[in-house]
Amino acid sequence: MAESEIKNLTMNFGPQHPAAHGVLRLVVEMDGEVIERADPHIGLLHRGTEKLIEHKTYTQAVPYFDRLDYVSPMCQEHAFALATEKLLGVEVPERGQYVRVLFSEITRLLNHIMNVCAFALDVGAMTPFLWGFEEREKMMGFYDKVSGARLHAAYFRPGGVHRDLPAGLADEIAAFCETFPRFIDDTESLLTENRIFKQRTVDIGTISQEDALDWGLSGPMLRGSGLPWDLRKSQPYDVYDRMDFDIPVGKNGDCYDRYLVRIEEMRQSLRIIRQCLEELPDGPVKTQDNKISPPGRTEMKGSMEALIHHFKLYTEGYKVPAGETYTAVEAPKGEFGVYLVSDGSNKPYRCKIRAPGFAFLQATEFMSKGHMLADLVAIVGSMDIVFGEVDR
Amino acid sequence: MNQALTELGEYIGTALSVEGAEIAGVGDELVLTVPAGEIERTLTWLRDDAHCLFKVLLDVCGVDYPEREKRFEVVYNLLSLRHNQRIRVKVAVDADTPVPSAVGVFSAAGWYEREAWDLYGVFFAGNPDLRRIMTDYGFEGHPLRKDFPLTGFVELRYDDEQKRCAYEPVQLTQDFRDFDFMSPWEGAEYILPGDEKAGEGGTGS
Repeated sequence: MAESEIKNLTMNFGPQHPAAHGVLRLVVEMDGEVIERADPHIGLLHRGTEKLIEHKTYTQAVPYFDRLDYVSPMCQEHAFALATEKLLGVEVPERGQYVRVLFSEITRLLNHIMNVCAFALDVGAMTPFLWGFEEREKMMGFYDKVSGARLHAAYFRPGGVHRDLPAGLADEIAAFCETFPRFIDDTESLLTENRIFKQRTVDIGTISQEDALDWGLSGPMLRGSGLPWDLRKSQPYDVYDRMDFDIPVGKNGDCYDRYLVRIEEMRQSLRIIRQCLEELPDGPVKTQDNKISPPGRTEMKGSMEALIHHFKLYTEGYKVPAGETYTAVEAPKGEFGVYLVSDGSNKPYRCKIRAPGFAFLQATEFMSKGHMLADLVAIVGSMDIVFGEVDR
Repeated sequence: MNQALTELGEYIGTALSVEGAEIAGVGDELVLTVPAGEIERTLTWLRDDAHCLFKVLLDVCGVDYPEREKRFEVVYNLLSLRHNQRIRVKVAVDADTPVPSAVGVFSAAGWYEREAWDLYGVFFAGNPDLRRIMTDYGFEGHPLRKDFPLTGFVELRYDDEQKRCAYEPVQLTQDFRDFDFMSPWEGAEYILPGDEKAGEGGTGS
């Protein structure tokens, strides 16, 4: 038989493939079934968020954060609110801090359900996805009740949260905490010891601790490799320092460990939610300084000063003293940071958004080299990527 | 700033042998400013020194100050897991001077530098893959510069006759509105309409 030269095949993966999690375009160079090079092309969802924020007041900038990672909106507002508060030097009342922690954890559940179930779908398990969306629906109901919107809440604002919890919501969340563990158990019974699931994920996309640090990974990607690093513990914000919870870590740093970490994080989030509900103090939920947070509706009807404050806040906004800060929170996906530069006016001079997914996607090539094409899907699925935040 | 961070700042101030390096505390954060040429050495030192061990490069971003002589600031955000500290390293450059790439020190720098190049036009010498990343293939200009208009220069639509996407100059159906809500009574630095003559004779009415 005549010898023939075999060329590598260059293949386009996405941007419209369901396993591309949105608009990822991967140019994959393959030697047979083995990946030689994977070059992610991103930016298909680039909306210029940072530029837009430079042209908006601080209050108007909040909704942009919902639209970054649309699976975990409130955690991102949290980062922006904390950064602005740091520059303003504003203290959030205790109840406000508790409500924020409560909803941050609900957000974490929302995100992890989405990721675990979509990941399972990527590697061939359909059922968890259907079950998961039912639970997500309940939690988006909580979002709806507290902020008026199911997804883009704009609820955490500099100075606190927009409104107090409506009557009865705390009980509903408590009741949800009783039923939700059942969902986690059911999902685990489908996946954790599932032979097909394990074949697709164990020893796939392994990251060592050194590599994880070198590539700037964070969140479950870092913890999956065995590094117990969680900003909620190490650099606690709001009332996380009062919460009693554990940080799960993986052993091998493969896709399976990252899945296990997320499952356990859901259980830990439930613990935090229960503690928040138990300890929830009375009092205001946002700072009472009307130069920062608007006065109440009823007050506005009778008080001229309140009316002026309201008008000023929603036209001019508030001025933030000149300065800069890098403030980060432990978003469900990893470290979500906001580098905020203020020049003393009512608009941010620069607002750089540090999204965890950006760093994950950068590591795609390094993680998938030498793997099969089908493993690439598992790797991308386990990274928990949402393009809203990667492309900004 | 807490005790540990102050001490770390003092330590870096004395131990880092980089000409022209300045360390300062901004709020409760450490900021280290170094000359552009020294960035690689500084980052390597910060990563490897036993008192620093800033092993994670979280972010590299540009900031544009058009009024400055060196108009861009490149900001590196580092994190030390071991000591639970953060530091920010800053470099000032103009549009023509390249910054040595940090890819050799942190693999994570690659895309962040691409992003800074794409959005600000800061050139990173030694980055093996300095393509655009956020903007479209074939985009012109650097959109996050302060002199780049918010609306951009071109808009995209699908041309049914040519059966492809077509770029056209931006046409705004109404003028671009950028309301100035800054209160004129609180330190706004411009002359209000009608006040032009106020300073000249000082006659009053």
